[in-house]
Amino acid sequence: MPVDVGLAKLSNDLIAGGIVAYAVGFLGFAVDAAFGNHAATDRVGYRTSKRAATAAVAARVPAMAGAGAEADFGTPGITSDLRLEESHGSASTADSAGVAGGAGSSSSDLAGSRSDWLMRRVGVGAVVATIVGWLLEGGSIVSRGLAVHRLPWGNMYEFTLALTFASVTAFLLILSRQPVRYLGVFLMAPVVLALGLAVLVLYVPPAPLMPALHSYWLAIHVTAAIIASGVFMVGTAATMMFLVADRYAVATTAGKPVRFAALARMMPDPETLDRTAYRTFAFAFPIWTFAVIAGAIWAEYAWGHYWQWDPKETWAFITWIVYAGYLHARATAGWRGRNAAYVAMLGFATIIFNFFIVNIFISGMHSYAGV
Amino acid sequence: MSETPIDVEETPFAADVTKLDTVPDAPDEFGTRQRAQRSPGDSIVALLRWAWYSLTSMRTALILLFLLALASVPGSILPQRGSTDSFKVVQFYAKHRTISPWLDHLGFFGVFGSAWFSAIYLLLFISLAGCVLPRSRRHLKAMRSRPPAAPRNVSRLPLSASWRTGEDVDTALANAHSFLRAKRFRADRTASTVDAEKGYLRETGNVLFHLSLLVVLAGIAITSFFSYSGTALVKVHDGFTDTAIDYDSLTHGPLVNVAKLPPFSFNLDSFEATYQRGGSGNGDANSFDAHVSWQPNLRAPMRTRDISVNHPLSTQGTNVYLTGHGYSPHFVIRDGAGRTFDEVTPFLPQQGTFQYQGVVKLPDAKPSQLGISGFFLPTAGADPTTGMPISIFPAADNPAVVISVYSGDLGLDNGVPQSVYTLDTSKLKQQALTEMHPGDTITLPNGLGTVTFVGYDQWAAFQINHDPGKQVVLGAVSAMVLGLLFSLGIRRRRMWVRATPDGAGRTLVEVGGLTRTDVSGNFDDEFARVVSSLQASITPLGPQETQGSADPLPVSRHEED
Repeated sequence: MPVDVGLAKLSNDLIAGGIVAYAVGFLGFAVDAAFGNHAATDRVGYRTSKRAATAAVAARVPAMAGAGAEADFGTPGITSDLRLEESHGSASTADSAGVAGGAGSSSSDLAGSRSDWLMRRVGVGAVVATIVGWLLEGGSIVSRGLAVHRLPWGNMYEFTLALTFASVTAFLLILSRQPVRYLGVFLMAPVVLALGLAVLVLYVPPAPLMPALHSYWLAIHVTAAIIASGVFMVGTAATMMFLVADRYAVATTAGKPVRFAALARMMPDPETLDRTAYRTFAFAFPIWTFAVIAGAIWAEYAWGHYWQWDPKETWAFITWIVYAGYLHARATAGWRGRNAAYVAMLGFATIIFNFFIVNIFISGMHSYAGV
Repeated sequence: MSETPIDVEETPFAADVTKLDTVPDAPDEFGTRQRAQRSPGDSIVALLRWAWYSLTSMRTALILLFLLALASVPGSILPQRGSTDSFKVVQFYAKHRTISPWLDHLGFFGVFGSAWFSAIYLLLFISLAGCVLPRSRRHLKAMRSRPPAAPRNVSRLPLSASWRTGEDVDTALANAHSFLRAKRFRADRTASTVDAEKGYLRETGNVLFHLSLLVVLAGIAITSFFSYSGTALVKVHDGFTDTAIDYDSLTHGPLVNVAKLPPFSFNLDSFEATYQRGGSGNGDANSFDAHVSWQPNLRAPMRTRDISVNHPLSTQGTNVYLTGHGYSPHFVIRDGAGRTFDEVTPFLPQQGTFQYQGVVKLPDAKPSQLGISGFFLPTAGADPTTGMPISIFPAADNPAVVISVYSGDLGLDNGVPQSVYTLDTSKLKQQALTEMHPGDTITLPNGLGTVTFVGYDQWAAFQINHDPGKQVVLGAVSAMVLGLLFSLGIRRRRMWVRATPDGAGRTLVEVGGLTRTDVSGNFDDEFARVVSSLQASITPLGPQETQGSADPLPVSRHEED
């Protein structure tokens, strides 16, 4: 079937709009992180948030209403960050209750209420811009698929779109359950960069696929790989933040000066970041496993061997091993914390290597899926 | 064993819960103990024990895991023998003459079969087995035993709640017991407590995942011993029978009885290819279909079906894949002595063109041996710049051949094996060079005879694989995914309810909960829900009565770090 030129053009226009919206979202997250007061409170609130959680557990047990039920506490576990008023409520209530104390709380009280209000709007605006970008990108992917009458993940350009879409989807999904807006800066920056690269360098005009790719295993195998990589990307953003925040925490405890302190101060405590990262990786790892297995099954159908150590297969296997190593490292004394985080970073580096270096410079049986 | 290559699930639930804070970071118990024991006078047994404990420790397993990843890297970067691009090894050799013999010697052109690669994964699997087998046994035992007894002080657990009730101790515990049972906890009642635990599937999944890895290895071993794989080029109207002689190439494991391959056979009735016409992908293949009639054994009835890319024929554990296709020009040659040869010879596709190249050899022709070397052009046209005949499309719209005819010595009599697709022209003399269309005949000079290009036929290339290990591997990897979902998605949690008379005619109810913090899901919420449901059946006295009691914040959360 011929390519629908109108839809193909629509797809290109939509992705251009999507990139602009994402960029706006990134700027919003950056401004929000840099100037929003919540960051400072959260930071001090490392202890705070736990107390708030304690109180919230109490609040949700009806019979115990006496203790702290007058305030409807949000907790890190259940409050959506979209409901900003509430999560701020929890932090500042905790502050005024005098649990937090120490440096940082002074700035968050009455003085900054007007800029607080503004910053909340910026934060919400960043989320809204990201959602708009997400819708535009989704539209771009759908219209490209309709234009070529197939799933639009057959080359690097299409794959980059699908991958970033998956990771923004994962981010928004987590955001609807947990206050992880802080991830926005570290996630949206690579998303915008990747999309820029896709549009400027990797772009290829829409075309049908070669017969070897005509299989529903394409849908299963590649879709699973995209979802897993997208979620890994979110976990990687959290891990990067963990490394910065952890270094800061260690240095401050030791009383040493630290570079990028301003960056670290706007982040949540390292434990929260580490836990968020772990949960995302633990979610994505089975999907990645499934993607590799689905690829092997397809290879069995198409090439007659389920595993041939094709470069792409080899690197998918390496990625699998590294993330398996991460999951184990995190449960091993002496490896948890920073070391496990380095392993997780290495894991994403192998995905990047597989995508760029193997696709472009190393030929193998996956070559047709390349540029 | 405090360190194991599996997620250290046990430690947070160590028998003495009050030590929770220190247990997860405890040093390698075996490492330190064994190091202390290793004095010069020690026996060889102690050394072996030390080696075994070191090998099965988590640190070793992690290092082996990363070594395996690292060892795979050269295999993806350097060309590998036995893969589809093994000719690149030769190219690489020619390009890097000094380093290549060294790389070759160290196995870098066959990484995945090399001794060092095998050593890493075998050690890893031994380490895994040494850990997962005892762990499975422990888990089986844990599933049969009763839930762990309540700690002395339930209120010091990470999550706890307490209240006073008018119910007596027995009623309170009976209610708690039946409620927790209904919530699918494994609950056990003692004189003053209910001990409950839930989420055993987590460890089950964990063990399942790691045992499956061992089964995958077993499957791979079965493959390497019992599988065979070969290729066959079959002309349209010709047949293939699954015997060693019908293969162009055949590789098999050491335990395969080549004389007793599955007795299936098939006939290639026709071949159909469609191509994209016009546009940017002009000439790209859209579909390949081999129509075959086949039978699983000689006594079975013939049946027909299509074999296409992604749709192999499967019979008796053997798969027949379509891997390629091409044309066989049909020549009739009459030699100088008047004998006719009817030759339909497969020509092979030439990379990057729509042409097919091949050779016809007639060692029995008289007065001189004859050889034909040339190209088949499915759609003949003229090269726009040179005017030379080329093929402009892969479908046979305007078939033609461009051939050279040679006479002389084909070089077949000296016993050195020769490819059927190349002609050694060193002792041959070119007699003709011409383009022919179906029906054309040329007469060779010097009374050597005539060559007629009758037409063409098609051929298909098949790959035939038999791999009894792959079902084992498929089953094992499916179990692996299932195990992963359980072990990463389910959390194990324990709850204890203690009821004691408070001496004032009321009963003090204490509830405690314990789990790991990093698994997804929210135990805080679940705990709160369980507590409030428990309070529905074990009614607390009104808030005014608890005022001023010893527990001003009845539900509390102790941080584990």
